[in-house]
Amino acid sequence: MRGLAPVGATIVGLVLLVAIFGPFFAPYPLDLLDVTKQLEPPSAAHWFGTDENGSDVFTQMIYGTRVAAIVGVSTVAVCLFVGVLLGSISGFMGGWFDEAIMRLTEILMAFPGILLAILVIFVTQEPSLLAVVGALSLTGWSGYARLVRGQVLLEREREYVEAARALGFGTGRILIRHVLPNVFGPVIVQATFGVAGAILAEASLSFLGLGPQGQPSWGALLDQGATYFLLTPYLAIFPGLAIMMTVLGINFLGDGLRDALDPRSQET
Amino acid sequence: MATFLIRRFLASLLVIAGVVTLVFLAVRLVPGDPVSSILGEQALEVDKQALRDCLGLDLPLTSQYASLWGDVLNGTLGELCDERGVTVTDKLIHAVPSTMELALASLVIALLIAFPLGVASALRPYSWVDNTSAVLALVGISVPNFWLGPMLLIVFSIVLQALPNPGSGVNGLSALILPSITLGSALSGKLMRMIRSSLLDVLTQDFIRTARAKGVPRWRVVWKHALRNALIPVVTVLGLQFGALLSGAIIVEKVFARPGVGTLLLDAIEGRNYVVVQGCVLFVALAYVTVNLLTDLLYGVVDPRIRFDR
Repeated sequence: MRGLAPVGATIVGLVLLVAIFGPFFAPYPLDLLDVTKQLEPPSAAHWFGTDENGSDVFTQMIYGTRVAAIVGVSTVAVCLFVGVLLGSISGFMGGWFDEAIMRLTEILMAFPGILLAILVIFVTQEPSLLAVVGALSLTGWSGYARLVRGQVLLEREREYVEAARALGFGTGRILIRHVLPNVFGPVIVQATFGVAGAILAEASLSFLGLGPQGQPSWGALLDQGATYFLLTPYLAIFPGLAIMMTVLGINFLGDGLRDALDPRSQET
Repeated sequence: MATFLIRRFLASLLVIAGVVTLVFLAVRLVPGDPVSSILGEQALEVDKQALRDCLGLDLPLTSQYASLWGDVLNGTLGELCDERGVTVTDKLIHAVPSTMELALASLVIALLIAFPLGVASALRPYSWVDNTSAVLALVGISVPNFWLGPMLLIVFSIVLQALPNPGSGVNGLSALILPSITLGSALSGKLMRMIRSSLLDVLTQDFIRTARAKGVPRWRVVWKHALRNALIPVVTVLGLQFGALLSGAIIVEKVFARPGVGTLLLDAIEGRNYVVVQGCVLFVALAYVTVNLLTDLLYGVVDPRIRFDR
């Protein structure tokens, strides 16, 4: 599917702009509660209506964009760092280290979806933004490690690695300066989809009441909205649309990046 | 082949051992007194001590670890230590059928959507059918199921009143339709792309050209020769996606107020009952490992070209 990557890039750009600058332009302070205005429908004063505390939903969604961006980007950053580090060493060195890391990733991957994150949040008992990022990273890095390992295994047999060895370069230098730049295409593609996955996972956790507490997360807004959705469907509609559009935009972008950076895995 | 089967089986055992160990360690890291969180702070010290004894919390960690293995191997997944001697498995026996029903119905829905659209896309790549289904697939993957569920409810239960409300007490097939569409949407998107790319791949192979050159009609080539080969990788994806269905069911069960493993887990988290949390997480992970093992074995049966002895 061509031509959707610019659409995706525009959506992602907009989301980032709102995440960074949005709170400066929010119509109301985040902590403003007005019990005389509970569950009001959308109006000129409250574009997306108000919630059960009389708080402006539009304002909360702007701040929620920041939460989504922070969780998405930092989860993938942590996963990338750990995954690339362990995956590249695994692939390049092989041996017992490789075996150990691969068995560990298999164990982590035995917990489908957000199950391990749910367990981690249960263990910490105090879901903060940091705990959520940590919980999602704990399972997330394994996919990157396996991908990088596979790519490094392919690359290390190539002539340029042999040439670098013959020139007397050390393992670290060959790995970092020569092998890794060649495996980054598929990794960047996966990282893009990873941001979408992390945003969706955070929203899911928040919807289950296990998200970062005290943060205006889109998922938490939706959870609250779902309680009243017979009465005030707009409370659930807007946060849901925000999640969907953001994830869709990132997926469009990821598809475009895959076509550009990772021709081997193109769908045709 | 036999070596592969044995190796694959042993690898799964290793993963299971790792899962049990990881869950054991994680649950032991929960801060505070588990007994107080199960019984409440106000409970009598006698009751607390009785529960502590029954759960073996005063035993050394190695004995607790051994006793968890005992519970896994004898299939009880741990005792709740209430008066009736209920085990986690007793709880799961009531919850699993509902979750399996939901997961299987979602799988059927996903296949019903993905199969025709995936095949049509592959037969006419870059046509409007292909482009539309590509966007549909991405939308299916991107829409959060905890949003799609309430939206479907608004449209079909409230506005159109065509399907029952979750609270209405109606059971059976009609109550299963909306939850399974909700859970199946993401899977249908993934399957659609998978079927398309796999079939496109097969259609460019020599044996297809040979069949066409021999004068076999196009529909027969697609149906009898191409699809059969194209569906093999799809089977593996289905195995892996089973896990996504299980974890997605946790959310969908909450949206539609369905009893099931997800509801059991969420209630246990809310009640801080770590025995049930531990048992549910173990059950889902072990079920997932087993399904993946079975898929891998099936893979060899479906596609005899695959050589396992590498």
